Amino acid sequence: MQTPEQIKDRILAAVPGAHLEVIPNASPANQPSLLLDPGRAREIATFLRDDPELRFDYASNVTGVDWPEKVVKEKVTVRKIIGGVEQEAAELVERRIPGFLEAVYHLFSMALGHGPLVLRLRTRNRTDSVALPSLTPIWRSCEFQEREVFDLFGITFIGHPDLRRLLMWENFADHPMRKDYVPAADQEAKP
Amino acid sequence: MIAPPPELQNDLLEIAMGPHHPSTHGVFRMNVVLDGETVVKLTPVFGYLHRNHEKIAEKNSYLASIPYTDRLDYICSMTNNWAYVLSVEKLAGLAVPERAEYIRVIVGELTRLQNHACLAGFLLQDMGALGTPLMYAFREREKILDLFESLSGSRMMCNYLRFSGCRCDLPDGWLEQALEVATGFDSFLDQFEALLTENEILRARSEGVGVLPPGLAVNAGVTGPGLRASGVNYDIRKVDQYGIYNRFKFRVPLGERGDVFDRYMVRILEMRESLKILDQALHDIPAGPVLDPKVRLRNLRPKPGEAYGRIESPKGELGFYLISDGGPAPYRYRVRPPSLVNLTVLEEMCLGHTIADVVIILGSVDIVLGEVDR
Repeated sequence: MQTPEQIKDRILAAVPGAHLEVIPNASPANQPSLLLDPGRAREIATFLRDDPELRFDYASNVTGVDWPEKVVKEKVTVRKIIGGVEQEAAELVERRIPGFLEAVYHLFSMALGHGPLVLRLRTRNRTDSVALPSLTPIWRSCEFQEREVFDLFGITFIGHPDLRRLLMWENFADHPMRKDYVPAADQEAKP
Repeated sequence: MIAPPPELQNDLLEIAMGPHHPSTHGVFRMNVVLDGETVVKLTPVFGYLHRNHEKIAEKNSYLASIPYTDRLDYICSMTNNWAYVLSVEKLAGLAVPERAEYIRVIVGELTRLQNHACLAGFLLQDMGALGTPLMYAFREREKILDLFESLSGSRMMCNYLRFSGCRCDLPDGWLEQALEVATGFDSFLDQFEALLTENEILRARSEGVGVLPPGLAVNAGVTGPGLRASGVNYDIRKVDQYGIYNRFKFRVPLGERGDVFDRYMVRILEMRESLKILDQALHDIPAGPVLDPKVRLRNLRPKPGEAYGRIESPKGELGFYLISDGGPAPYRYRVRPPSLVNLTVLEEMCLGHTIADVVIILGSVDIVLGEVDR
C-alpha cells in the first residue's frame, strides 16, 4: 500500500485545495492517520473508494474519540534580565489546547487487499459545533456505527439517512462515552 | 368466506418481533411491517443488552479487560481474547513465543468449529427441525468445551490468552485428546451432512432466500462467512496472515448466490478447512515457553499511540481499536463487532420474503447479542 504521504498527494491532485494533514502514530503499530477537512470529506472519501490504485471499498471500523480541553505545561527558553545581565532562562508556560470530538474511520480494500488507512475528522469544539459530514452515503457499513458515535459521543452526522440513538433509549439526554460523563443517580429507563 | 372491505384489504400490520422471541437469539427486536405475510419494512432495534463495555474497559488496566472480552460473543470467548491481545501486542510492540502462537491457532480453530456447529444447529431449529440437529451439534460442541475446560478451567468464559502468549501451558495428554476430538468431528460432519445437506425441506426453505449481492455486501461491511457466501474472497487469515496462519494450508470456501443455503454451506465447508488447520497445528506444535517471561502483564503502560488489530473471528472481522496516552488504562478502547455491522443489510435481505423466512435469514447472519449491544 502507498504511504499516507503518497495517498495525501494523490488526494490533493484529485481534490485540489483540500486541507489534509498526516498525523503520526508513535506506537509500534505504525498506523498513521489522515486528518481530513470536514468540508471536503465526502469528496475525498468518494475518491478513496473509486480511485483504481487505492480502491478503499470497505470501511471497517467507525468510532469516536473525545478529547476534552487540556492544559499543557511546556518549557520555553526566554531571554530575561537577571541581575542586570541578559540571560537565557527556562520558563514554564501553560498552553491551553481546546477540546474537540473526533470521528475515526478505518478503511481497507477488499479488492486489492491492503489497509488500514485511518481517516480522522474533527469537530470545532465539544459543545455547540459538533457536526461532521456523514460518510454513510459512500460506505453503508458506517450506518450503525455512526449512529453509535452520535449516541455515545454526541457527534451529529449531516447527511446520515437515519440518525437516531443506537444503544441508549430515545429520551436519554447525555453521551456516556464522553470523558466528563457523570451517570445520573437514577438512570433506569422509565417505561 | 366474506372478503374484507376494500379499505382494509391493503392494510399493513406492524409487529414488534422480539426482544422476547426465541428465534432472535437473544434480546434483539425487529419492527416488521407486514403486508399479509410479506415483509415490506424492517427496522432493527438494539440496546437491550448494552452495558457500555467500552467505558468499563477505559477504567480498567489492560490485563483486567481480558475477562470482559469473553462476554462479548459469549460463544467464542477464545477468539475475542485473541483479537484483544493481538491489538495490545500491536500497540505495545510485544512478541509472542512460538508455542503460544500454535496454541492460539488450535483454540481459535476449535472455537470456529463449535461456533459453526451451533449455528448450523440453530439455523435448522429455526427452520423447524426441532431438536435433533441442534442436539447433535451440541453433543460435538460439548467435547470442545471439555477441552477448553481442562485447558482454562472454564467452559465458556475461558479468559485464557494473555498479551505475549497464553496463561498456562497445555495439560498432559491434551494434544492427544484434541486430536481425537478433531478426528471424531470429521465423521460427525459426514453424518450431519448426510442427514441435512441434501434434505429437500432444507433446500426448499433456504435456496434463493435472503440473497445478498456481493457489491452490497462489500459496501455494507459484511464480513465472515456471510460475505464469502456471496462469493467475495476475503478471509483475514489469508489477507493479514496474523499469527502464524501463513504456515498452514487451507482453502477459503466461497458461495455463488449468497442465499441462506450458501451461508449454511460455507460454514460446513469452513469447518472442514478448520479441521485441516487443526490437523497440521496439532502435529507441528513445538515445545517451549507459552508466555514471554519478560512481559509485564500487571502494569503494562504502552507508549502513547494507537493501534487497530483485527482477526477473522467465526462471525467476521473482530477488531479492537486502542489509544494509549501512556497510562495504565487505555485512553480509548473500541470493539468493532462483526455481528452489529453484519446486520446493516438485514432489511434488504428480508424485503419481499415472508415472516417465516425472516427467522431463518436472521439465523443465517449469525449474531450474538452480547457483541451487538456490548
